[in-house]
This record gives sequence, C-alpha cells and structure tokens, in this order.
Amino acid sequence: MVNAEQNIDKQLIPILEQVSDPEIPVLSIMDMGVVRSAVLLSDVVEVEITPTYSGCPAMDVIGDDIKKALKEAGFNSKIELILTPAWTTDWITPKGRKALEDYGIAAPLNAEADKDVLLNGKRLVKCTNCGSQNTRMISQFGSTACKAQFQCDDCLEPFDYFKCLK
Amino acid sequence: MNTNLYKYILSIADNSLILGQRMGALTGHGPSLETDIACTNISLDLFGQVRSYYQYAAKIKGDNTTEDDIAFLRKEREYLNVLLVEQPDTNFAFTIARQFLFDTYHFLFLEALEKSHDITLSAIAKKSIKEVSYHRRFSSDWMRRLGDGTQVSHEKVQEAINVLWTYTDELFHQTEADIVMVKENIAVDVTKLKDHYYNTVKKVLEEATLEVPESKWFQKGGKEGIHTEHLGYLLSDLQYMQRTYPNMEW
Repeated sequence: MVNAEQNIDKQLIPILEQVSDPEIPVLSIMDMGVVRSAVLLSDVVEVEITPTYSGCPAMDVIGDDIKKALKEAGFNSKIELILTPAWTTDWITPKGRKALEDYGIAAPLNAEADKDVLLNGKRLVKCTNCGSQNTRMISQFGSTACKAQFQCDDCLEPFDYFKCLK
Repeated sequence: MNTNLYKYILSIADNSLILGQRMGALTGHGPSLETDIACTNISLDLFGQVRSYYQYAAKIKGDNTTEDDIAFLRKEREYLNVLLVEQPDTNFAFTIARQFLFDTYHFLFLEALEKSHDITLSAIAKKSIKEVSYHRRFSSDWMRRLGDGTQVSHEKVQEAINVLWTYTDELFHQTEADIVMVKENIAVDVTKLKDHYYNTVKKVLEEATLEVPESKWFQKGGKEGIHTEHLGYLLSDLQYMQRTYPNMEW
C-alpha cells in the first residue's frame, strides 16, 4: 500500500481527521496524506507533516490547526515538517478523491494520462459539473500550485484539475 | 561552521530566490490571466524551495541566524546566484527565455543533487524536482509557441535567446567551494551536465524554429558575487521592508 510508511497512533486518527486543508475545506489532512506520523511520546504528541508543494502556504496553517485540535483533545504537540519521502498525489485516499470531485476539483489522473492532458491536449479529464470528457486545458497552472485550469466544452463550466505529482 | 557547505547551499538557493523574485514581480502584469498565474505559481514553488535551503543554511551558520536574515540582510556581493536569473523582464519573450534556459539546467541539476550524500540537500532535491518538471514543461511549451508563432513573437524570442545565451555557460562554472564539495560527494559536478544541457536546449530551439546562437563569448561572475547592474535594483525591492523596518515580522 502506498501509505504503508505512515505511523499514526489509532487514538489520534479521529482528532486529525477533523483538521482540513484550509484551501480545500472538504478535504481532511488525513485523506490528503500529508500527515506522515503522529505518535504520543510521554505527554507530547509528535506529528510529522509533509508539504504537497514546497511553497504551499497552507502548511503553516495546517500545523497550527493540528496543534489546536490536539490541544482541545487534551494533548500537547510538536509539529515537524519533513520533506522526505516527498509527497505524491498517490497518497490521496479514495475518500479524499471523492471529496475533491464533489467539491468541483477533478482528481489527478495517472502520470501518463496527466502528461497527455497537460502537454498533448488529450481530452481525458472528466468535467466535475456534467461528467463529460470533452474538456480542455486552459492553463497548466491554476488557483493554487497543485492545480491546473480546465474548461468543459459541453457544459462550458471552468474547473480545477488536481495535477498528478509522482 | 562548514563555510564551503554554507556557500554551496547559498549558491543553489540564491538562484531560486532571485528568479522567484523576478517571476513574483509579474503579479498583475502577465500578458494574460493564465500566464500571470503560472508565473506567480512558479515563483511560489521557488520561494518554497528557498525556505528549505535557507533554513538548512541558517542551522549551519548558527548564532541564531534565521532564514529571513539570509534572504533579506545580505549585501549585493554576498548573493551567489548566476547572472542569468537576475536579468530583467525586458518583455515576455525575455521572461520565458530566461525561465527556459534556467529550468532546463535546474531539472538536470536537481536530478544529480538527489544523489548527494548530504541527506538534507538530497531530500530538498527530491521534493523540488517534481515542481521543476512542471516549470520546465511550461517554459519549453511557451518557447515553441513564441518561436513558432507570429513573425513578431519569433523575432522577440530569438532576440531574447541571443541576449541571454551569454549567461548560460556560467551555469557550468565551478567555484572553489563547489570543487571541495564535489570531492565530498555533496555537490553536483556541474561540468558533467553541460553537454546534456546544450543538447536539450538545442532540441527545443529547433522545434521552436529558432536559431541556436553561435556566440562563443560568455559572461560569468555571479557565483563569486560579482553581479550585473540589475541585481542591486532587484534587491532594493526585495529588501525594502527589512531595511526600512528592521526586524519587522509578519
């Protein structure tokens, strides 16, 4: 399993699941795969998180939100940002992918298909509004570093596509 | 303090800082909304990478040095970026040509840095290369569009490549700190990337129907802190808040 190297104390999971990505509020940080470990050591929870993109401005907020959620559950915590192994979109859980789609962000395709839609103009990304595959890329970069901009040529809805990061 | 390692980290990070500042300065000035957002997204990635490098450098320097001290409080000659990244945004063709010439190098460089025996540098490289592969696609794609576009876009991007070509050889110049770090298996031996680099660049230029400049004369100096006149102006913008309100925090 891609997420095998995660090390998270069972009792902490429900608490961490309440924390969401500030830029995609429907997505919990657990479903995003950014929490790499969370372990209770004597009386402090040590949490390791990894950024989706190096410059992701959400990471500071996520760190603060984790601290707050743990504090409310009675735990002191220490947050550490780790870079390796580097985050990949493969770590987004199936539940997370569904949440993205429901929110209007197309979930990442596999690496090969991703290249085809971003470079070769192939129409493979499903419109999050009407489900049509008759969509095209408007820009390789979107409203945040992790997304590209797309438009559906059937219902004309513009939408974000979460880029594949391997 | 390991001065060679410190300098080596800065020589990598400063490229990202200065290019990030250039691209960030385009906020609200891109030729279209989409390219504007692309340029600033690239800038954000580069600044993110810079933070990782400077945090590491600050740890090595000690004395309560912070990443912000390194970014904002050095003098012009203490910045070790290559001359290419500080060149101005004369027009959009220059922005794209500068990005393309740097991205092509950056990708090869990070690929090699992943193998560094320094675990922090290797981790930053593994993270950054994923982002840089998107930058490289964007700038190569635009090179083809401009080169193989209208007569005007073709002329403008050819001129940009001709002007910026003179700064490409410096990418493969080794400083004394580099040489020491290569021996310790920490640094990338940039001389080994040169052929691959020029082959890749030439291939894209040909696809873009552009001519490969024949100039054999190259500028260098940035890696030793000797910069073109453009860096001072850039730094006066970059450092303004910290110089005007020392120690201010967000």
